Amino acid sequence: MEAVCTFCGNVCDDVEFDVEKQKGKRFCPLGLSKFQKKERIKSPMIDGKEVSYEEAIEKAAEILVNAKRPLLYGWASTVNEAIRLGVILTEIVGGVYDQCASVCHAPGTLATIEEGLPGGTLGSVKNRADMVIFWGSNPMEAHPRHPTRYSVHAKGYLIKDRKDRKVVVVDVRRTRTAKLADKFIQVKPGYDFAVISALRAIIKGEDIEVDEVGGVPKEQLIELAEDMKNAKYGVIFYGLGVTQSRGRDRTVENAIKLIQLLNRTTRWIIWPMRGHYNVVGAGEVPAWEVGYQYAIDFSRGYPRFSPAEFSAVEMLLRRDCDAMMVVASDPAAHFPRKAVEHMKNIPVIQIDPFPNLTTLLSNVVIPSAVAGIEAEGTAYRMDVIPLRVKKLVDSEFWSDEKILEELLKKVEELKG
Amino acid sequence: MIEVEIITGRTIDQGKTVEEKLTEEYFKAVSYCELNEEDFKALGLSEGDKVKVKTEFGEVVVFAKIGDLPRGVVFIPMGPYANQVIDPSTDGTGMPQFKGVKGTVEKTDENVLSVKELLGVK
Amino acid sequence: MHHMLWIKNGIVIDPKNKIDGEKMDIFVKNGKIVEESEVKKDECKVIDASNKLVVAGGVEMHAHIAGSKINTGRTMRPEEMRVVRQTANKLRATVGRVLLTSPAIGYEYARMGYTTAVEAANPPIGSLHTHEELDAIPILDKAALPVFGNWHPVLKFVAEKDFEKLKAFIVWALERTKGFGVKVVNPGGIEAWMYGKNCRNLDDEVPGFGITPRDIITSLIRANEELDLPHSVHLHCNNLGNPGNYQTTVESIKLAAGFKNDKRQVLHVTHVQFNAYGGSSWRDVCSGVEDIAKTVNSMDNVTIDMGAAIFGHATAMTGDAPFQFVLHRLLGAKWSNKDSEIEGGAGIVPIMYLPKNPVHALQWAIGLELGLMVDSDKVVLTTDYPNGGPFTEYPYVMAMLMSKKMREKELEKVHQYVQKATNLPAIDTERTLYEVIHMTRSLPARILGLENKGHLGIGADADIAIYNINPNEIDPSTQYEVIDKEFRRAAYTIKAGDIIVENGVILKETWGRTFWIDARSKASPEIIDSDLNEFFNYYSIKRRNFGVKEEWIRNPERMGVR
Repeated sequence: MEAVCTFCGNVCDDVEFDVEKQKGKRFCPLGLSKFQKKERIKSPMIDGKEVSYEEAIEKAAEILVNAKRPLLYGWASTVNEAIRLGVILTEIVGGVYDQCASVCHAPGTLATIEEGLPGGTLGSVKNRADMVIFWGSNPMEAHPRHPTRYSVHAKGYLIKDRKDRKVVVVDVRRTRTAKLADKFIQVKPGYDFAVISALRAIIKGEDIEVDEVGGVPKEQLIELAEDMKNAKYGVIFYGLGVTQSRGRDRTVENAIKLIQLLNRTTRWIIWPMRGHYNVVGAGEVPAWEVGYQYAIDFSRGYPRFSPAEFSAVEMLLRRDCDAMMVVASDPAAHFPRKAVEHMKNIPVIQIDPFPNLTTLLSNVVIPSAVAGIEAEGTAYRMDVIPLRVKKLVDSEFWSDEKILEELLKKVEELKG
Repeated sequence: MIEVEIITGRTIDQGKTVEEKLTEEYFKAVSYCELNEEDFKALGLSEGDKVKVKTEFGEVVVFAKIGDLPRGVVFIPMGPYANQVIDPSTDGTGMPQFKGVKGTVEKTDENVLSVKELLGVK
Repeated sequence: MHHMLWIKNGIVIDPKNKIDGEKMDIFVKNGKIVEESEVKKDECKVIDASNKLVVAGGVEMHAHIAGSKINTGRTMRPEEMRVVRQTANKLRATVGRVLLTSPAIGYEYARMGYTTAVEAANPPIGSLHTHEELDAIPILDKAALPVFGNWHPVLKFVAEKDFEKLKAFIVWALERTKGFGVKVVNPGGIEAWMYGKNCRNLDDEVPGFGITPRDIITSLIRANEELDLPHSVHLHCNNLGNPGNYQTTVESIKLAAGFKNDKRQVLHVTHVQFNAYGGSSWRDVCSGVEDIAKTVNSMDNVTIDMGAAIFGHATAMTGDAPFQFVLHRLLGAKWSNKDSEIEGGAGIVPIMYLPKNPVHALQWAIGLELGLMVDSDKVVLTTDYPNGGPFTEYPYVMAMLMSKKMREKELEKVHQYVQKATNLPAIDTERTLYEVIHMTRSLPARILGLENKGHLGIGADADIAIYNINPNEIDPSTQYEVIDKEFRRAAYTIKAGDIIVENGVILKETWGRTFWIDARSKASPEIIDSDLNEFFNYYSIKRRNFGVKEEWIRNPERMGVR
């Protein structure tokens, strides 16, 4: 059956999956893993005891309503319809909404707030890009089909052959992606900001008065700058190598300014390699509903945005929440140890199809249907292109959308 | 013991098992660190050996492997092991420093904990 | 929902039905305006509209209210989102200064007595996102206009002069995007931007296609008219934002010559203020409205909307990507850009209009000139929200159009450059209430082809606004403050027969319909089937996943064609 993959930000919409035979066509190993059967959370549970959906939802509603400052986190691996309910729910309980981007690509959002985002869709890259730079991004391990479908081997309107395109990888180590690049530039960890500044200076016609920047020899920098200036349509795809290292949002900001500079004489775009298949939706939905993409507090009855105060990691480090609901995510596995510690002190509700480390810390566990296989809905690809993920089979599990709908009803009832 | 800069990130194996975190496959996919071949040898390591990675934020015992890395840089797949040692402070951005944390690596005989043990649950 | 309404003793202005300040009752049943004989008076909810103005709900025919560029605007401008309009209670919290969240958009239009709004520029591949955001806007009826002027299939069929295929493509595109009409933004210019260029003149070549903006506009008008779609081609002219561009606008308007439609215009030119500059540089820039007004007034098949500039904050967001880059360079402001597959693009730049800045003052004056010098049967009141400014300032514009005295007072506060650079100080025209209601209700509804909107005749949708203004007593010329104040807060806003607003306060949240045009009876997409398959080689998604299904829209309203 025709399907749309619900694993990574590529959201490959050319895949097929046979649920009975458990066989897939055109999936990469990551997507195939997602679609194949695996252990599920078998039943709703309260403190380890199996209960009905209604009972679990009632308990979850009580926890949220009784909490002074609940944190509702996750959202990146579910559909927009569910996310919208989650935002509205957070508003009603006066809690904090945060989503996976806060430990992933949110620094890009902060950079966009400073400088904007000069970007384009993946189709623009496929059709026109004669130079592609992966900066701190390793698609061969995180977005395996990106090079084939969109950015390296993909052919389009103006790009007819792999040779029409120059591919460069900038990273701290020779990744699998570096191996398929035309050029690999190794940077010292934490020096991306400096390298970008050097490129900007060189492109402006300045002489940089050192022999190397961030471990990159001057000649390499000059050559890269030349290549960028001579490209007709270039793209920088950046990843967590940039957002999670020392410079964070400032590095992205600097890269955006580099792109602004290049657009004076040629065409360049820049885009983040978003990780989860709908982490974009987890940010776009609250943006239109309440004005911001993440780290949103509703305790005063209106949305306030402050990454330093309201992002999940900060909230947990400061022990600033007294309850947590995790939807389609696993902070117990992916947050720093110190932040996970506080999750053990507070009631935790989890909504997810699969048991994970957060399940081990959850008081209320509500199993959901897998979007893209058992539930349909809208997701946004990494470049914000909307795609409708499909329901291939019926399931006994409730969809995230249904669970949140019922939870919202219960909460409204309890609040009177 | 060597001084290192620690980076953490995605791998295919980690990605394949990311929705099966209570399995042996996931454990294998995230409970190791990769070192440059010379660093590996300098620590007197062999295949299957364990190392203790230590930073000011915590320590963790993981298996050691050889990887394509510059000297002085180690890579730990993203997950609960990496998160024992990375810097939780977010510099006001909400984003911890998952990459580029300074620390040390030394050979050890201590055991690699299971994910449950790491989390401190039964 | 009140099954039946009786709006008693109101003073009605309904230009479509030639009613100008008549005391009459309006009866509503099942969301429609009906004859008195259709209702049981004792079962009606009665609204005492004595001494109050009763008009149709406002029709916003061009604003940027839903879709990816609006949301990117919000994301990049948290400074805009910090103004709290209302805290969460029975209704949603709403925030926003000029940019607003989706719930805020619905509530603010409704407060003002507007009941229908059209998203002016929908990137076709992003249609599902546009519809998601439209469906997050409460109360209003809505629609979206997909952009055609830089879409490769359009460029190809125009180059091949294949009108059958062009028509089939328009029909296919409207169905797939669930769109309402043919929007054209800087035709050819966005394709040129992919090469770092632009198409500022009507005869500039569009790279790779060997055609010109002139070819694109005339071909699309011809195709649109042969299909006889409810709305005409809706054009954002080439050369936007540049001194001297009024000539391009006049030339573009004249492309409508030779086309005729008995129900409506054949060309609607939008936010003309941004395309009405004379002079040759920012040093000698002046108003080019005179020639534009003369041209529009001499033709019976062209309409425009103002795109008025309002002093204060604004955000430039359009599909005119090359212009947005130029604006970024001019202002040194942050800048977002989105090149989109083979369809076009978009750009966003924060801006401000300051009364003491000569250029901004000029823009402000030009917007008003358009509203005063063009026939009131041909010019719709808009601010091209958020480009010119907030739609919540429409009452200010209405009051200015109706009062020379108010304009004189405002002119004292702005840069004196407008004294020599525009005709505004010399214009004595004061629009009447009838004209201004026409410019905000019956005219936009007619332009869009929405026969049941913008008027209060029998059969119309029961979208009604009641204001604390007595048209028979008020003198808008001197009582401009009352006009400005009262049009901001409807005494009642009724949507589909439901009382939504009372004294400017939202009483309940309802959900409107999304109109889209199904013209498949006019042209079958079969003849372009293999062309489409070819084009989808250049898309990054599969053809089978392109488009929006009706069941994904909250309340879709399919409109067939005659």
